[in-house]
Amino acid sequence: MSEPVLSVRAVRKVFRAGRGTNVVLDDLSLDVTEHEVVVLVGASGSGKSTLLRCVNLLETIDDGAIYLEGRHITDPRVKPDPVRQRIGIVFQSFNLFPHLTVLDNVTLAPRRVHRLTSGQARSRALALLDRVGLADKAAEYPDRLSGGQQQRVAIVRALVNAPRLMLLDEVTSALDPELVGEVLALIRDVKEQGMTMLIATHEMAFARQVADRVCFLDRGRILEEGTPEQVLGAPREPRTRQFLQRIVEAGKL
Amino acid sequence: MTVAAPATGYEPSALQRDRVAYRRRQTVRSVLVAAASTLVLGVLLLVAVTGAPGWERVRSSFFDPGVAWRALPDVLRGLWLNVQLLVFCATGALAVGLVAAILRTLRPAIFFPLRALATSYTYVFRGAPLIIVLYLFTFGVPGLRLTGTPPVLVLGGAALVIVYGAYLAEVFRAGIESVHPSQRAAARSLGLTYRQTMRHVVLPQAARRVAPPILNDLVALQKDVGLISLAGPIDAIRAAQIQTAQTYNYTPYVLAGVLFVLLALPLIAVTDWVTLRAARRQSAEHAA
Repeated sequence: MSEPVLSVRAVRKVFRAGRGTNVVLDDLSLDVTEHEVVVLVGASGSGKSTLLRCVNLLETIDDGAIYLEGRHITDPRVKPDPVRQRIGIVFQSFNLFPHLTVLDNVTLAPRRVHRLTSGQARSRALALLDRVGLADKAAEYPDRLSGGQQQRVAIVRALVNAPRLMLLDEVTSALDPELVGEVLALIRDVKEQGMTMLIATHEMAFARQVADRVCFLDRGRILEEGTPEQVLGAPREPRTRQFLQRIVEAGKL
Repeated sequence: MTVAAPATGYEPSALQRDRVAYRRRQTVRSVLVAAASTLVLGVLLLVAVTGAPGWERVRSSFFDPGVAWRALPDVLRGLWLNVQLLVFCATGALAVGLVAAILRTLRPAIFFPLRALATSYTYVFRGAPLIIVLYLFTFGVPGLRLTGTPPVLVLGGAALVIVYGAYLAEVFRAGIESVHPSQRAAARSLGLTYRQTMRHVVLPQAARRVAPPILNDLVALQKDVGLISLAGPIDAIRAAQIQTAQTYNYTPYVLAGVLFVLLALPLIAVTDWVTLRAARRQSAEHAA
């Protein structure tokens, strides 16, 4: 097996809140290999989003180390911008720039960061938008699109930079069920293309479909990991069973 | 999850200790760099100014402590007028500006005349030079020889209020319109009336956002209230001017300038503190 694209080693993250401290990630280790899709599940506050934010260096970790393609990226001497250029992230609430058209949202980084010419950036962006069925929306502003369309644009905005790793943070949580399908279909498509992904989600059905490996997070630790069939179908840990039970009760599995 | 961390045996790894030490060194280094560059710049400036061929002459005619001390009482008396005017004009201009801004954002058709009035008000008085408005009010209005014309001081203050109200109105309006429509929708959906929505949801957010530019305008106002001396009353600058005319020494001007800066400092500090505190309270997203 080749070197993992992402390697998280014994990471600790603490939020200081008022009097006490809150350990959000506790001695957490995780590898994601090339073309692998790892899905993080777990209750709110179990640390899924924080882990993604730490990988993208949006948060500084309090111990441990994170490696991207073998390079230590949480060394304070490492400049974060070049690291982020190799990672794509998609947020729960889209975070498209409302003052830019869809096309400008997608081409901003290619033009300004990756120094493509306007023409190159444009043709790449349009090709990708066409693939996700949004070529006709290129001139629209984000607020004029549906949530599902906005999230697909956000995914394209991350993909257009050809990242080595994609981080998806609850990308369907802000969408109504009708629109979830189109976004999940797109992510499956991205997986087919061989993208390496780390995904935090509440959609267990989706996790089953797309995951090569599912990690159940509880109190900042990976309590259980394995194939989707193992973790979601026949969990060993009582906490996992309890969590899945609640999801089943909520009718989400 | 708000479980307070039990102090159970977490020991930072060598890597983390290394990282913390590195960050601490970086902090120390940046403090040292800041200190060094400040020192170098300060020395350069000092040498450039005091080493200039005309420095002795400039010092005796701009920075003479004796002259400053003798001018102090008169300038302070003038400054007191500035302070009073500032308080009156700032209050008035904020009120006028807020009302004009709210009128400009009223949507219903029936308010068209009010909206038009508020709009033309901001157009005219942002364009009109302050000195001309001041002359119109302080010389023109008394010229009408109406009974009960208020004193020049009040008329001049009114001119300042009207001009600055127009500036502030636009700042407030920008703030009001920067509050996302979803906030209005959320408030109205709770059954709050338009007025309640403005009062409890929109304006508090708008005011916080526009506090820095409002402060800018207030500091500008603080300096412009002195223009009222064109109509007769003696403010700090005018007092300094009189002193200068008597002694042929510009130190009173410098003195007045220093006092103005000192006057602005608490205003700036308080506003910074208030906005900072609000921002910190709201962004405490990780607070338990």
